[in-house]
Amino acid sequence: MSRFVERHPAWALITIIAIAVVLWLIFAVWPPGLEEAIGRKRVFLNAVFNGITLGGLYFLVASGFTLIFGLMRNVNLAHGSLYLFGGYVGYAISTSTGSWLLSFIVAFILTALVGVLLQVIVFRRMEGQDLRQTMVTIGLSIVFADLMLWACGGDFYQIQTPSWLIGPVDLPLITAVKSSGEPVYLRYPLVRLVIFAASVVIGVAMWLALNRTRVGMIIRAGVDDRDILAATGVRIQLVFVLVFAFGAGLAGIAGVVGGTFQSLSPGEDIRFLLASLVVVIVGGMGSIPGAALGALIIGLAEQLGSVYIPTYAIVVTFLIMVLVLAIRPQGLLARR
Amino acid sequence: MSLAHDARIAVRPAAGAQRPARTWPEVNNPAAWVVAAVLLIMPLIANGFFLIEIFATTLILGTMALSLMFLAGYGGTVSLMQLTIAGFSAYMVAVFGVSGNANISLGWPWWLAVPMALALATAFGTLGGALAVRTEGIYTIMITLAIGAAFYYFTNQNWAIFNGHTGINNVATPHFWGVNWRADIPFYYVVLATAALCYFAVEYLSRAPFGLALQGVRDNPRRMAALGFNVNAHRVAAYAFASFVAALAGVLQVWNYRQISPGSVSVGACIDVLIIAVVGGITRPIGPFIGALIFVLLRTFALDFLVRLGLDGNRFRLLIGLGFLAIVFWSSDGVIGLWQRWRQHQRRDVSRSGGGHRHG
Repeated sequence: MSRFVERHPAWALITIIAIAVVLWLIFAVWPPGLEEAIGRKRVFLNAVFNGITLGGLYFLVASGFTLIFGLMRNVNLAHGSLYLFGGYVGYAISTSTGSWLLSFIVAFILTALVGVLLQVIVFRRMEGQDLRQTMVTIGLSIVFADLMLWACGGDFYQIQTPSWLIGPVDLPLITAVKSSGEPVYLRYPLVRLVIFAASVVIGVAMWLALNRTRVGMIIRAGVDDRDILAATGVRIQLVFVLVFAFGAGLAGIAGVVGGTFQSLSPGEDIRFLLASLVVVIVGGMGSIPGAALGALIIGLAEQLGSVYIPTYAIVVTFLIMVLVLAIRPQGLLARR
Repeated sequence: MSLAHDARIAVRPAAGAQRPARTWPEVNNPAAWVVAAVLLIMPLIANGFFLIEIFATTLILGTMALSLMFLAGYGGTVSLMQLTIAGFSAYMVAVFGVSGNANISLGWPWWLAVPMALALATAFGTLGGALAVRTEGIYTIMITLAIGAAFYYFTNQNWAIFNGHTGINNVATPHFWGVNWRADIPFYYVVLATAALCYFAVEYLSRAPFGLALQGVRDNPRRMAALGFNVNAHRVAAYAFASFVAALAGVLQVWNYRQISPGSVSVGACIDVLIIAVVGGITRPIGPFIGALIFVLLRTFALDFLVRLGLDGNRFRLLIGLGFLAIVFWSSDGVIGLWQRWRQHQRRDVSRSGGGHRHG
């Protein structure tokens, strides 16, 4: 951090000012002039919170994607299908057993199994042929999409939020002050906050597992040079299978989350594939912190964009990607 | 680095299949003459439905896939935004020309609207290419896919120019010299001429100094850079040419359907173009057309075929996906590769049996 400040004093200053402005926008009571200029504070705060929680969902999808890519150089374009598959499994479990938490576990296990099968049956056969693997994942995503359309039809499904998570909570953030002087607090759905907290926990746990454990060390070594790692006697195929299973399982969990947040329908697979592509392009391929930063940026841009410039929300996301490609083609937090 | 390496492996058969002399390759090939003759007299053989729905559509899709084949086979960069460029050009024809949506269309005559659309679409594709060449291999696939998807969502949301998800309908088609160029037979010849032009342009470029340099860039960008070639400039130029080809196909497509909507530029359609090129084979310009024929035939007749087998007719995409998987699994060079392998096998059998006779 201090090195960054020393090397780019101007940028550091701009960043600090921007952070200060954002914090002021979130915590201060807005003066009337500002409310007239850009609308009510409640709308802004809601957009920010929606953006952050959506970023949490994007992070869940994109972290599995980026983990698989980082280790195996395999762009799994069927990742969106795994997301949708996990969502449908979660829906089936939660409607039949009524347990929301169980649906996460089953979705994780089943999508992880699909991931293991993919790695063992398909990708192991064409190791090192990145382009061909990518083509195969495109073919698989078409087949999966049609199979799921066959099995589940074109309807919209929404996973029932458990009763102990339904309803809003008051956050200690003042959105406005009534004429009587009584402050009005922001009310926000509890389930989204819980899910966001869970995705933060998963992210931190992944970071710790990657940086503090032996398996994490092996995976990081594999990201850097898998040939040398294999030469040191590590059973790299086993590591590949485990990582693929874990990444796929994360996509499955994200599917359940997405099914609770939003809804499940054909086409969502492509939407989330695109989201994770943009997230990892912005954040940097193969980097978990990059996926977190990218997910946050894209989630915020999407939600703020859809509130303040509704017609061009998607263009904002795209412009961010173009900007990152133009300035740092390897992504914001990639090491190369 | 490994990505570039991989691309080289994937397209090595092209280098192996390189003809020894730089002559027109099809001149001595009787099969090519037969195909050309059949295509020319097609209106005598096929009725309106087959002529337009099968053959003209095949040629249009084939031309789009040809632009992808040029980039992938000679440039080593797989771009998924070729359909997006074609769709952009189609939208531009509808926006600048005459259409049913008078509040959007500017009402220019076709001979102004089409060059404008071609120029804008080529510029769009070149800009996208300039972005994409900053990365390599599978990164390029992802970025071009992201561009294509962004364009799809943008057309869905934008009402001022692209008219949202309803798109632009009743696009006027050219009508001059007393000929309605959208009538079946004239339109077929327009499409055939354009496709042939693009085909021979790609054939020519692949043997021109630019195309050879491009193949050098594909095989070993570092070495080409060391030799003094501007690697990125070659790639961007390849994108510009491919964009122009795709834009031509886009103009034909909007004339064919007389309407354009976001559904025509969806992500699935972008991937269809890749499927067409890969199934046909991305090492030779004829591949995309073969792939397009297979695709169009499947799309048109799979429903009847599946129903006749007692299966659900809506599983057309499953069939396409499985076919694509099979091709990717067993042949890195699509249908052409399978054909060539079969031919070599035959030839080896013949020579082996011949040798056996001599010894016997």
